[in-house]
Amino acid sequence: MNDLAAELHTTERMLPQPDTVSAEFWDGLAVGELRLQRCTDCDTAQFYPRPTCSTCGGAVEWFVATGRGEVHTFTVVRANGVEPFASLVPYVFAVVQLEEGPRMLTNVIQCDPESVRIGTHVQLTPVAAGELVLPFFTPASRE
Amino acid sequence: MIRAAWRNASIAGIGLSDYPVVPNLTSEGHAALAFGRALADSGLHKADIDGFFCAGNAAPHIEDAENLAEQLGIRPRFIDNTYTGGSAFEVLLQHATIAIAAGECDTALIVYGSDARSRGKRTLGSGGVPPMAYPWDLKDYRPSRVGGPMAFEVPFGGNIISSYALAAQRHMFEFGTTSEQLAEIAVAMRYNAGFNPSAMYRDPLTVADVVGSALIADPLHRWDCCVVSDGGGAVIITTTERARDLATHPVNVLSAKNAGTHWNIGQMPDFTRTGAADCADAAFEAAGVTRDDIDTLQVYDSFTITVLLQLEDLGFCAKGEGGAFVSDGKLKVGGALPTNTDGGGLSSCHPGMRGIFLIIEAVRQLRGDAGEAQTPGAELAMVSGSGGLLSHLGVAILGRDR
Ligand SMILES: [Zn+2]
Repeated sequence: MNDLAAELHTTERMLPQPDTVSAEFWDGLAVGELRLQRCTDCDTAQFYPRPTCSTCGGAVEWFVATGRGEVHTFTVVRANGVEPFASLVPYVFAVVQLEEGPRMLTNVIQCDPESVRIGTHVQLTPVAAGELVLPFFTPASRE
Repeated sequence: MIRAAWRNASIAGIGLSDYPVVPNLTSEGHAALAFGRALADSGLHKADIDGFFCAGNAAPHIEDAENLAEQLGIRPRFIDNTYTGGSAFEVLLQHATIAIAAGECDTALIVYGSDARSRGKRTLGSGGVPPMAYPWDLKDYRPSRVGGPMAFEVPFGGNIISSYALAAQRHMFEFGTTSEQLAEIAVAMRYNAGFNPSAMYRDPLTVADVVGSALIADPLHRWDCCVVSDGGGAVIITTTERARDLATHPVNVLSAKNAGTHWNIGQMPDFTRTGAADCADAAFEAAGVTRDDIDTLQVYDSFTITVLLQLEDLGFCAKGEGGAFVSDGKLKVGGALPTNTDGGGLSSCHPGMRGIFLIIEAVRQLRGDAGEAQTPGAELAMVSGSGGLLSHLGVAILGRDR
C-alpha cells in the first residue's frame, strides 16, 4: 500500500478534515471498509455522510457496502496546474455508481487511463494518505 | 398589512467596465466603473439606487454586498448577496424584480466586477476554491485540509474543467454527441466575437481547430473552454412606469425563474440534464411567450457542453438532439437563433461569473444597440445562466417595451 500511496502522491493532495458526521466513513476506510449511511425510515442509502437522510429527513445508520460499482461517467485529466495532480496526468477522474445506489467521485487507478469506459466494473481500493485512507477504485472483473 | 399594488420592472440602465485584460483595475474598480456607466446610461443619480444586489463570492473577494455598497456609496433599503455561481445575476434579477414589484425598493442595482485575469493566482472562478481553479492558475498553490462535502471530491484532483467533462462524456455516451458538434458551439461564439472589438479572441476558429487543440480533460479541448478575463457589469432596474420617463428605451423583465439540482458535481442527479429543464416552462408561461418568439438567446458558455445542455433543457431542441441543433450555424449572428452575440465567454469575456454579461447583451439587442451583431427587430430575448458546476440555473425572458 505504501508504494501505491507514493505513486499517487496521496499525502501531497488536499486531504479531508474528518468531522463528527464523517468520522465513521474515514474510520471505516482505515480498516478497509466502505461505510455508507442508510435511512432507518425510507431505507435510502446515501453518500457523502450527512446528519440526516436527504431523501426524507429520517435518521441514518451506518452499514458496510460491498465496495463494488461501475463507472457512471469519467474524464481523463490531461492538464492540471495544481500539484500533485500536475505530476499525475493523465489520470482518471470518475463518478462511480455503487451497487448500493449512491455515487462517489474518485480516481480509477492501477490501469491504463485509456482503457476506462462508462460501465467499467470497479472495486474499492483504499490507499493510505498519511494518517488517513482515501477511497480509490480499481477495474475489476465482476464475479 | 396593506399591500402595495404589484409593479412591473424594467431595465433602465446597463454598463460594462473595460475588458478583457485591465491590469490597473481591482474587482471593486470594475464594479465602480460599470456602475458609473450604467448610471450615465439611465440618466439616474446614485441617490436613486435604493436596492443593492450583488453575488457574494468566496474569499479573498471582498465583493460581498455590504462592503461593495459601502465602496460605491449606496445606502440601500433592500440588500441581497445571493451566490449561486455564475447564474447569480439571473437569480438576483428575479429577486430585484420581486423587490420592486412589492415596493420594497424602487430602483435596484445589480453589479459585478472581477480582476480574475490580471490577479492571476489569486483568481477564483465560478464556484471556485483553489483546488477547483483553472489548471493554468495557482501553480504554486499548496493545499492543507478540506472539510464538508468538498472533502469527498477535492482529494481526487477535480477542477472546473474536469467537472464539466463528466457531463460531456455522459452526454456523448447516452446520445452519441461528438466533439465536432461541441466544437460548432465554440466556432459560432468565435464568429460572433468577430463583431465585438473588445472580445479577447476574434480570429476565425474552425471545427478542426477546436478538436485539434489540446485535450484538457476528455472530451473537452482547450477551445471547448471559456477564456479567463477581467471585467465587470452593472444593471439598473426600476419600475416600468419610471423607466418610460428615462433616457433609454425600457427593457421589461417578463419573467425570471431559477432551479438548482445540486452543488457539488459528484451529486449531479443526471449528468445530461440541468435545472434549466425545471424552470424554463415556468419562465415561458409567466412571460406569456413561446420558444418560437425568442429572437436572441444569451446563454452561459463556460464550456461548449454548458451551451448544449441548456439549449436542450430550455426546450429549443429535444434532449439528446443538441449536437445536431448546433451544427448548422443557428447560433451565429444572422442565424436562426443568434446566441451570445458578443462572442460569449468562449471568445469574449469571462471573469469568473458571466451571468451579468448575458443580461447586458440581451438589453443591447433589445434596444437595437448591438451594431453589426444586431438581431434585426429583436423584441424578445432569453437569458440563461448556469452557476456552480451545472448546479443552479437561472433563466429570464426580457422584452423590448412597446
Ligand atoms: Zn429517508
